[in-house]
Amino acid sequence: MKARLWGTRGSLARSGPETVRYGGDTSSVEVRGSNGTLIVLDAGSGILRLGENIGDPPERIDILLSHLHMDHIQGLGFFTPLYDPEIMVHIWGPASATMDLRTRLTRYLSPPLFPVRIRDLAAVQLHNLGPGVMEVGGIEVTTATVTHPGYTFGFRLADNGSVLTYISDHEPALGVADFPHDRTWTSGTELAAGAGLLIHDAQYTDEEYDARVGWGHSTFSQAVAFAELVGAQRLVTFHHDPSHSDEFLDLVIDSLHSDHVEILGGRVGEQYEL
Amino acid sequence: MAQQPVEMILLKQWAEHMASPVWLMDADGNLVYYNEPAEAIVGLRFDEAGEIHAEELAELFFTQAPDGSPVDSADVPIVIALNKREPCHAPLRIRDRTGEWRDIEVTAMPMVAADGRMLGALAVFWEVTR
Repeated sequence: MKARLWGTRGSLARSGPETVRYGGDTSSVEVRGSNGTLIVLDAGSGILRLGENIGDPPERIDILLSHLHMDHIQGLGFFTPLYDPEIMVHIWGPASATMDLRTRLTRYLSPPLFPVRIRDLAAVQLHNLGPGVMEVGGIEVTTATVTHPGYTFGFRLADNGSVLTYISDHEPALGVADFPHDRTWTSGTELAAGAGLLIHDAQYTDEEYDARVGWGHSTFSQAVAFAELVGAQRLVTFHHDPSHSDEFLDLVIDSLHSDHVEILGGRVGEQYEL
Repeated sequence: MAQQPVEMILLKQWAEHMASPVWLMDADGNLVYYNEPAEAIVGLRFDEAGEIHAEELAELFFTQAPDGSPVDSADVPIVIALNKREPCHAPLRIRDRTGEWRDIEVTAMPMVAADGRMLGALAVFWEVTR
């Protein structure tokens, strides 16, 4: 299994010379299974460049949406395979207690916010996604809710004995005085247990977090502590704050340390092999 | 021990910040958490008790009706909320670990996730003078 980062920014896309290396596009990760299966994790603005660089068009693409905040869906209408009738695109995402995924997505993918309606797309199937386990093209996908405002999922992808966990928006320390407290009472621990690669929210510094408790995101140090708690092998920082420049991220990420987890700054275009 | 559903984690975090005594029961009827104000009434710290399995609950916590008549364990509000998936309120007496009976009012409600999963039940109770 391989993973490539196409969008690592959180909350709002930010282009410019100060975000060239870590990337200014919002969340989108390409995952290729050992048998070629293509899964896309989230459809932030980064999915645009994935669509442009997809190579030989696959017959099927599965897009898993962690939640429906704008930075995770705003690229969807710009993903060129959606307009190719030869490619079947399956979009999986959370319904709410009162609305299915189609109704929720239509709020954005319809005029006046967007000119194209979902029903006009050639070969797209929408699926309400809930917690549980399913198989997508030979990859076992486990979905579970995680602490973040709204109904939000993390994903655990297992393929040929390797495990990738993606928790883009996550505040496991919310309300816990002595985080990391224990695995039973910490959000996301089952999803991330023993992951070979953990792509995890690292939006704030410790100082910034004090004024942003409850906003649904982690600090860099919380991401490291979480990775250690679950026994992950590699941590990729993700969902970087739009105010954090490449230079700033270098400084913060270089200062992180773990005796047990390899810490990698999530840079756009990086590919990881599991 | 398996990770609790995130909705239960958030409920526990909420309960930790409440002055009202709160109990959380999982979908299998196990008492998975009660907060510090609840500890003061039942007389047992949760850290000492740990998760209490459904079959052990009646042995640890004795309840009766305000008039002293027995209350079947199936008729306790939190169990009704769990089993019937409906809210329930009742006056009760509970015997704490010192053997003293305390009058309480209990309001319980089922906890159902947005996707329909039964998570368990929540009970808020408080001590009253009758």
